[in-house]
Amino acid sequence: MIGEIGHYALILALMLALVQGTLPLVGAVRGIGPWIAVARPAAVGQFVFIALAFTMLMAGYIVSDFSIENVALNSHTAKPLLYKISGVWGNHEGSLVLWVLILAIFGAAVALFGANLPPTLRARVLAVQGLVGVGFLLFTIGTSNPFARLDPAPAQGQGLNPLLQDPGLAFHPPFLYLGYVGFSMAFAFAIAALIEGRVDPAWARWVRPWTLAAWCSLTIGVALGSWWAYYELGWGGWWFWDPVENASFMPWLAGTALLHSATVVEKRDALKSWTILLAILTFSLSLLGTFLVRSGVLTSVHAFATDPERGVFILAFLIVVIGGSLVLYAWRAPSLKGGGLFAPISREGGLILNNLLLTTACATVLLGTLYPLFLDVLSGGEAKVSVGPPYFNGTFVPIMLPLVLAAAIGPLLPWKRADLLGTLGRLQFVFGAVLICGLVAWYIAEDGPVLAFFGLALAAWLFVGSLFEVSERTKLGRVALGESWRRARGQPRATYGMTVAHIGLACTIFGVVASTSWESEKLQVMRPGETMTIAGYTLRFEGMRDLRGPNYDAVRGTFEVTRDGAPIATLFPEVRTFTDPPMQTTEAAIRPTLTADLYAAVGDPDGTGGWATRIYHKPFVHWIWFGAVIMTFGGLISLTDRRLRIGVPTRRRRARPALKPAAA
Amino acid sequence: MVLRYLLPLGVFAAVAVALGVSLTMDPRIIPSALKGKPVPEFALAAVQGRHLGLSSDNLRESAVTVVNVFASWCGPCRIEHPLIMKLRDSGITVHGINYKDRPENAAEWLDNFGDPYLRTGADLDGRVSIDWGVYGVPETYVIDGHGLIIEKHVGPLMPDDINEKILPAIARAKR
Amino acid sequence: MRRALIALVVLSALSLAPPSFALAVDEPLPDPVLEARARTIHKILRCLVCQNQSIEDSNADLARDLRHIVRERLLEGDSDAEATQYVVDRYGDWVLLRPPFKATTYALWIGPFALLAVAAAGIVVFLRRRLVIAAPKPLDEKEHERLRRVLEESEAR
Repeated sequence: MIGEIGHYALILALMLALVQGTLPLVGAVRGIGPWIAVARPAAVGQFVFIALAFTMLMAGYIVSDFSIENVALNSHTAKPLLYKISGVWGNHEGSLVLWVLILAIFGAAVALFGANLPPTLRARVLAVQGLVGVGFLLFTIGTSNPFARLDPAPAQGQGLNPLLQDPGLAFHPPFLYLGYVGFSMAFAFAIAALIEGRVDPAWARWVRPWTLAAWCSLTIGVALGSWWAYYELGWGGWWFWDPVENASFMPWLAGTALLHSATVVEKRDALKSWTILLAILTFSLSLLGTFLVRSGVLTSVHAFATDPERGVFILAFLIVVIGGSLVLYAWRAPSLKGGGLFAPISREGGLILNNLLLTTACATVLLGTLYPLFLDVLSGGEAKVSVGPPYFNGTFVPIMLPLVLAAAIGPLLPWKRADLLGTLGRLQFVFGAVLICGLVAWYIAEDGPVLAFFGLALAAWLFVGSLFEVSERTKLGRVALGESWRRARGQPRATYGMTVAHIGLACTIFGVVASTSWESEKLQVMRPGETMTIAGYTLRFEGMRDLRGPNYDAVRGTFEVTRDGAPIATLFPEVRTFTDPPMQTTEAAIRPTLTADLYAAVGDPDGTGGWATRIYHKPFVHWIWFGAVIMTFGGLISLTDRRLRIGVPTRRRRARPALKPAAA
Repeated sequence: MVLRYLLPLGVFAAVAVALGVSLTMDPRIIPSALKGKPVPEFALAAVQGRHLGLSSDNLRESAVTVVNVFASWCGPCRIEHPLIMKLRDSGITVHGINYKDRPENAAEWLDNFGDPYLRTGADLDGRVSIDWGVYGVPETYVIDGHGLIIEKHVGPLMPDDINEKILPAIARAKR
Repeated sequence: MRRALIALVVLSALSLAPPSFALAVDEPLPDPVLEARARTIHKILRCLVCQNQSIEDSNADLARDLRHIVRERLLEGDSDAEATQYVVDRYGDWVLLRPPFKATTYALWIGPFALLAVAAAGIVVFLRRRLVIAAPKPLDEKEHERLRRVLEESEAR
């Protein structure tokens, strides 16, 4: 029964999406009011039915209804409830339902909360959103039906990959999808603008909250995935430049560029066709990511069980959506006339630099991810290369460095025309602070690669520079404190959002540089009773014990950690052996603090009573993810800015006092 | 210049074509680095219960041979086994390298299912196979009369692979 | 499609293999300098039976065997490049996580910087053109005359 309701709900949603995708578009062109008005109820209705289908699927998992094939393949009665629920999106079919659910959530949100949008624009936006929904619903129902039935129903499910039974990973997909599916809204706005033939500051203001919301979610989603990899995948790595990681990172880079370039459209009515293109490209990268993950053309730790047949469908969808939108862009964009003029050295110029570097960085990641595929195709399978972290670190990082430098300078530049030397002069104070930070770091660390100190200096530059910008705005120190406070309260929230987000970035950079450059790692075979030292800590290996978990057997090690004789903590790393499906995982034991992580993992026994052990000391590694949280917080602050809630100006009939003529 | 607005579309078209073609290919099959190169130097004792071991000298004895890497614990090896028997029956010399297997298991496997191999080499620790560039089982190599590797197939052999890859390679080598 | 399925079966067959005679447990080399070199090499060699991991990060049997081989080569006196090349000779360029700089990968390594240069140049051209369009044409004779007359009139008032 659950399966039938769910299946039917999906089909009804498809019908509504078809209506939503066609009538309002035609209605907007022809001025047919009722057809334009259909958009909002259709969007809400589509959401209701997809939510129903999603709930049914989740119900199937919770009660372990194994007559639903998807549940039988991916669940098990012995699984804890949280993982039964997260199992809904831990497989290809279920994750597609999550995809269309979030697509529908954004559509319904615009329908219900987009009262500030002009009706024709809103109708077109919802129509485009509906068309994307049609494609994905067709894909789901047609090739990846989560409600396929099994008759007779098996008595037990086939379990779930034990690596996915983890709290961090349970929440990673929803945030990720809210992010890169959410960029479909920016895409819809861009297409609607192209159809209308008009991009203006109002458009930029209307598209901003949806883009910001998606960006915030994606930041959290990517950060969660990285953090999960750190504590789960055994050796303390947190980013592997894996194709699926890149697939979520590229929309983030493009989305960040979009947020910055939309500001120029909003404030100066310039960079219009570029911003439209960027909005199309951001969502295109999301779609490309969907293709890469599900089609099997690239190998990845994360890939779902792959099926080239599905790949064909997604590719066809990609060609229609991306190809179609780029054709529309080539046709309509030339008629978008740019507005405000500006000198190369100006806030606009700074934002153009930002876009140049972010887009090139994004293109670099795309090149590295797809290159093995291109080469394989061009050489007929004879030449194969791998593009791994050494490539990305060698290309992505150098491109991002000037961006971080500019991020502290850009906000200080006025619009239209700026005096760069003068601004740099004002930044002397920041230079000084950075120098002091560098010296302090050198004193504490005593030793380290020169590049690492430059990295720290860069992070400090951005951090102090962002705070300096606030002090400049409020004229701190140059006027009375009360006046500064008054100015601070009068600043639009978006400026604080920017400051906080940039500070978050500085924290992340600091975490990356510190943990990579000053990490200590020790690999040895230890016997019970032996000790080792790392970074001032002493670890005493007490031995291994067998134990049994809910659905696994494990051996657990015990490490007593002391520092200068004083006991600090006990670490319990494990090696778990699952039976269903058969798999072995390493659970590292981590002691996180604000200043460093102690990380212990055990490997294989050597057969004579000793065990291979890995101990790490990673300074400031958690700042990487704190920084991401701070960045998201900055985005959320921007989301509350008053100007984003201002609606379409309406004509007011009100007697106005006659203007007095100027004195002759 | 309208041309510049068509650039994104052009780039996307190229990407789409590449993606489409890649759907027909398998990213996990790695081409052999030893194609056209001589077989690595090695000498292995025979699998338990057999008398003829396998060494690189044997592969230079002027006949075209097929070398099949197999193991008793390998499911796909069982699937391709009848085809290997047929290859042997059709007059082609087939040798076997037994990868990381217990001697008694390998012996039992060959005794039960049939032994198509003229010579066998028991690669107990897998070291020799690494020299061949083996990364999974089963794998099959075609060696020409001078001891050069001229073809490699990864995964179990299917009738199509025999007809389209192995037999043509053997024919090429004989010329 | 079939090939993909078969490859999947092959790899799953390998992962279920009993480690009957694995080359050695992961004991680090006694010489810390050599061990550090070994670890650096491990991080750039790709595990062939995993999905996008280095042999350093992988638990697979083959990864362990390859780690042992790298350590062995270093003990025999190979340089880093020679030990790496030993593995590349057997498995090809694919096993390198850092793609080599050769004819097949020029586009890969040069691409990002070429793109940056081209895009930057494009932006410079774009900005220059806007300034040219924006700069007004200088006044001609008649317009000068008109301007002079208007100024005189306003002064007279």
